[in-house]
Amino acid sequence: MAKHSVIEPTTDLRRSPAAHLAEAMAQASVAGTRAVALREIALASAVSLRAVPGSAGHQALAEATGVGLPTGVGEVAGSVAGTAVLWLGPDEFMAFNAAGQELTEPLDSALGQAPGQVIDLSANRAVLELRGAGATLVLRKSCPADLHPRAFAVNQAITTTVANVPILLWRTAENSWYVMPRASFTEHVVHWMIDAMAEFAADPVS
Amino acid sequence: MMLIDCPNCGPRNETEFKFGGQAHVAYPDDPQALSDKEWAQYLFYRKNPRGINAERWVHAAGCRKWFNALRDTVTYEFKAIYGAGEARPELQNTEGGTR
Repeated sequence: MAKHSVIEPTTDLRRSPAAHLAEAMAQASVAGTRAVALREIALASAVSLRAVPGSAGHQALAEATGVGLPTGVGEVAGSVAGTAVLWLGPDEFMAFNAAGQELTEPLDSALGQAPGQVIDLSANRAVLELRGAGATLVLRKSCPADLHPRAFAVNQAITTTVANVPILLWRTAENSWYVMPRASFTEHVVHWMIDAMAEFAADPVS
Repeated sequence: MMLIDCPNCGPRNETEFKFGGQAHVAYPDDPQALSDKEWAQYLFYRKNPRGINAERWVHAAGCRKWFNALRDTVTYEFKAIYGAGEARPELQNTEGGTR
């Protein structure tokens, strides 16, 4: 038997879903009055939390996140600057940290044996940031959700679709969106966005 | 485009939803006791009314929760939306929609 070499540490082998598209995304950025830029937030950490509101597990998780748990559609507990918890469903949430901070262990021990779920899903989704004065216009080309500020305020997040694939959409600032497709849809979403951004380099046809 | 009023997420585009067939089809109390014909009736036979139909829907691209709806199969209008497991509500107005 041939001896296998062991590569350490294994974290060096982690690649983010859009790592190979970084240059294409950088080149697709457009300047001007409707500027828009796309980049990946690589290797963020995400944890799926499930617990029924009102249960002991729900309360334990709410205390352990440090920011509580959101209670309704669109709500985000915390903000993108630190750890945030997004509302995915009445009993389903996602804890998120853009810097990749470890979240699973403290949450898992807080839940203990109570009914519920804490699962590390950091590799589940890619995190794409669409930023610029034209960002909302780019999204509107293929997102069926209402993106107007009266319906979608800053630091709100919903599950919806973009370019016909399911995504998590999070408005992190007035002109900044986190678009989170599943890893296998990343290629599709990035190429769709690059194509959608191209027209914003020119002034609008009046 | 049609908006469907998800009980958890509010009005969303119909493309985010999936249709789940007729609602209130109860699983037989004792499936072993059914004849082949009765079992086939349970599995495959569904109503196809012209007018109000009780249906199951799921917000597949959203909260992923099931709910029931009364929908007019002529106008596609959603007349009522109620939770999975709840009894079918009585409609005051079953006239056709505005579309």
